[in-house]
Amino acid sequence: MLTLTHFLSLGAILLCLSVAGIFLNRKNIIILLMSIELMLLAVNMNFVAFSRYLGNLDGQVFVFFILTVAAAEAAIGLAILVVLFRNRQTINVAEINQLGDERPAASEEPQ
Amino acid sequence: MTVIEILFYLFSAVLVAAAGMVITVRNPVYAALFLVLTFFSAAALWMLLEAEFLAIVLVLVYVGAVMVLFLFVVMMLDVNLTPLKEGFTRYLPVGLLVALAMLAELMIALWSRGKLGVDAFPVPAPNPQDYNNTKAVGEWLFSKYLWPFEIAGIVLLVAIIAAISLTLRKRSETKYQNPARQVRVQRKDRIRLVDMAAEDEQ
Repeated sequence: MLTLTHFLSLGAILLCLSVAGIFLNRKNIIILLMSIELMLLAVNMNFVAFSRYLGNLDGQVFVFFILTVAAAEAAIGLAILVVLFRNRQTINVAEINQLGDERPAASEEPQ
Repeated sequence: MTVIEILFYLFSAVLVAAAGMVITVRNPVYAALFLVLTFFSAAALWMLLEAEFLAIVLVLVYVGAVMVLFLFVVMMLDVNLTPLKEGFTRYLPVGLLVALAMLAELMIALWSRGKLGVDAFPVPAPNPQDYNNTKAVGEWLFSKYLWPFEIAGIVLLVAIIAAISLTLRKRSETKYQNPARQVRVQRKDRIRLVDMAAEDEQ
């Protein structure tokens, strides 16, 4: 018997995987954007499950709006990424420090 | 174990495995393709939840548009991948620790005898044969949620204009016409009358 808890657990696992992805790939903006998409998918999974088990369509309409905003976010994020790469020739998060103070970029903190 | 349960566990396994590959593979192209697989499995799970319209929208919008956009950008940018992966093993322990701690907390909250069990949320009966999910969602969208729907359209319009104006650039070496200047041209821009004395024929 499939209960609401099964679907909520799946959403929780997906959310934790995407959080781990943000930790692991903290240098690569493309994978970071993909992790954010995964996180939104986990939230959407919860919304759809609640909508089904409450017998209420509000959750599905909300997922529709989340999909809209996520599509807009992905388009603008990738456009910013393209402009960034055109200007700096890198997408490494560690090298995008132009707004910071005048610390040298190569100073690695001790392990 | 019913067929629906078998399908649920099958698609959930594919979903979790593909999501795990998204965050661990080295090549962003493979990561994007595994993300496509993740979205397909999620769409199948939403079918099990009888949200057919959203399942189709997920495949059309995410797999058809957003992931293709990701693949375009990944392949367009000539990214040097070696420096991007250097912190991977260093941040693996802390990432796993945070993720597992979050997962443990969520699982304790979900599976304890709390307010989310079968008693509070009994398994609903399947919808009748003539139930139309697309029609039902559409009726809600165009009656109760009409204003949010219009605002979502404006958000998409703003996103289109922002993305185009961010990435549009004029190349200095390209020759192009300026129709406004062509229309505005005057007689004096094209013809110059020179006043000179007539010359005798020799």
